[in-house]
Amino acid sequence: MNVLVVLMPISIGLGLAGLAVFVWTLRARQYDDPEGDSVRLLDPRWDDRPMAPPKTHEAPGPGA
Amino acid sequence: MSTLATCPGCAIPPRPVPAETIRADLVLHLPDIHCAACIASVETMLAEVPGVRSARVNLTLRRAMVETDGSVEAPDLIARLAAGGHRASVFEPGVRTGQSPEMRDLASRIGVAGFAAMNVMLLSVAVWAGAGDVTARMFHLISGAIALPAVAWAGQPFFRSAYRALRAGRMNMDVPISLAIILASAVSLAVALGSSDRPGWFEAALSLTFFLLIGRYLDMAGRHASRSAAAELAALEVPQAIRLANGAEEIVPARSLAPGDHVLIRPGDRIPADGRVIDGDSDLDRSILTGESLPVAISPGADVAAGELNLTGTLTLRVTRAGAETGLARLAAMVATAEMQRSRYTGFADRASRLYAPAVHALGAMAFVMWWSLTGDPIRGIDVAISVLVITCPCALGLAVPAVSTVSTARLFRAGLLVRSPTALERLAEVDTVVFDKTGTLTTGELRLGADTDPKALALAAGLARGSSHPLSRAIAKAARARGISPAPVGALQEKAGRGVEGIFHGERIRLGRPGWAGAMGAGGGSVQLLDGAGKVSSFTVDEVPRPDAVEAVQQLEAMGMRVTLLSGDAPDSAARLARRLGIAEVMGGVSPEGKHEVLARMAAEGRRPLMVGDGLNDTGALAGAHASMAPARAVDAARSLADVVILSEGIASVATAVSVARRAHGLARQNVALAIGYNLVSVPVAFAGLASPLVAALAMSSSSLAVTLNAMRARK
Repeated sequence: MNVLVVLMPISIGLGLAGLAVFVWTLRARQYDDPEGDSVRLLDPRWDDRPMAPPKTHEAPGPGA
Repeated sequence: MSTLATCPGCAIPPRPVPAETIRADLVLHLPDIHCAACIASVETMLAEVPGVRSARVNLTLRRAMVETDGSVEAPDLIARLAAGGHRASVFEPGVRTGQSPEMRDLASRIGVAGFAAMNVMLLSVAVWAGAGDVTARMFHLISGAIALPAVAWAGQPFFRSAYRALRAGRMNMDVPISLAIILASAVSLAVALGSSDRPGWFEAALSLTFFLLIGRYLDMAGRHASRSAAAELAALEVPQAIRLANGAEEIVPARSLAPGDHVLIRPGDRIPADGRVIDGDSDLDRSILTGESLPVAISPGADVAAGELNLTGTLTLRVTRAGAETGLARLAAMVATAEMQRSRYTGFADRASRLYAPAVHALGAMAFVMWWSLTGDPIRGIDVAISVLVITCPCALGLAVPAVSTVSTARLFRAGLLVRSPTALERLAEVDTVVFDKTGTLTTGELRLGADTDPKALALAAGLARGSSHPLSRAIAKAARARGISPAPVGALQEKAGRGVEGIFHGERIRLGRPGWAGAMGAGGGSVQLLDGAGKVSSFTVDEVPRPDAVEAVQQLEAMGMRVTLLSGDAPDSAARLARRLGIAEVMGGVSPEGKHEVLARMAAEGRRPLMVGDGLNDTGALAGAHASMAPARAVDAARSLADVVILSEGIASVATAVSVARRAHGLARQNVALAIGYNLVSVPVAFAGLASPLVAALAMSSSSLAVTLNAMRARK
């Protein structure tokens, strides 16, 4: 049963990592437009050079 | 316009949603976009318009958020998009442009509760599987360390709402929920700290929080921002007027006008107050006030009403009624009253939970008292009381209705319908009569020239029509374009307000205008006549253009067993003509705005449940008074904000879709509630008998929640 001392923190740590990722996706507004994000992948406009990152999460990205 | 309670049983409205954080100066609705290419072309087009800082399309919501420097307005952007083949319209300002901060907050609480529930569940499985003394106690302590902070934070929405309700001396569904969560956590903590090997309730408290938060999230997602329609009606009133005093013109606020004042009204202005014309001729567009499809010619001595649009000539008006006395202001007051009456409508879920909350408390208390007196052991009593509370807690009930309405609302959105009121689906499902407005609802609001026109006369008429922006002139120009006839080169065009257009063609004076001015009075029929150089009179008949799917809409509704009625403010004979064309048996024409409201009120008194579909200011009373209401996206703001459902697509056939989806949703919601109550009927006696272990309680709760969610998914089809 001593193995629990190692396993328990690992399991809870993994869970916490998942939670942290979820909160991050939420803050990064990844659930605002799920349909649009899925097709934006096919958008040819940014094939040659990447889009400039949005300045803050508050403003919409420089969409074009 | 509706109850804003966060949960069905909660009588206290939540705090107002803070302003949206995405900066969007203009929000455009794009009903037809569907792919990556659409996103790219819309964003590129919008970004090319000078004055646009950035534009971003949200495909899920079919919207474009545009940030501007203030120099461009929505019509410019819509025109640019139309040129590129994208249909767009301005969205009501103030609508949600993404997940609101409140929804993100709820989502993080769901995440935390879900994480904690899963981990504690894992630990509990070990205990149930027979982990030994020391291990079991250690697992309890670890569960407690995870569960207590998680419950304390994630459960806050329930605790706050329950506290507010209790402080106001009221009872809502959050009171038993909070009680169950707190009692279960506290007892489990005592068990974990003590030496007893009783099972704990941590996983029950957490999964309770988790499922209830999901229900609340769905509930919030289903609601849309709705503004008070009464305030919008007031906003439509003309703010300024040109008053004539001692021969001088001065600009004054419209509300400072008094009866007896003389007011100057230029072409393109709205009439600021009710009054009588003392000088000038013009044509007035009354369609938004009365539903009349053709503009009305007026001359000195005519009475005009506030809100009408002056089209062609300059008028001088003597004010007879101003401010709160005008017809428009009285209409606004009527709408406000009707709106208040409708907001008292209580939904099915509301009625169910009002009975439910006291019943849950009574059951819990009974269980406690019974087991305490039977066994003499208060701990045993609390244990059973918790299991009763946990099992009866409305996880399934709280999910049952929001899940169905979320899925159905999404289904309607895909069909081009925006549901604006939380109780709209339920009221739509009960509808048995559909009342249509004519102008702008069943018709497109445009005019079309009759087919039997002489091409030469049409060429002349189109040449004259260039000199006027009157709707009839526009119809003639359009007909000429459609038939490939180029307008005759008519010179010296002169618009005679209230009469027509005059011009010179090959040295001869020709006229296009109202019968009696252009041609001889009574010679031929039609709405417009042309007098050519030889003195020959040709008549043109104009007709309204019904929406292409109007016949289909009427047939579908009748097939569903609805009574369809046409209720128009336009002349009875033109209303009857359209009704015949569309196959509507019941028709009422020439109805005043107040009259429309009365017709709807009479239907309600007869026990009918009417659905009003209308777009004009004259329909607002009827929209507010109807059991449910719909308006096309092009309707005036006041009508749109009163409507339960806004039709975003061009057609009108979606009215039938809306009703059938609503009926199905209502059926599913009832099934779900029955399912949830059924689970309780089985599990409550078990819990009452003291046989429900935490395992059984958790299983019952999860499986009933899962069952109602899966059932709700059937609304997608």
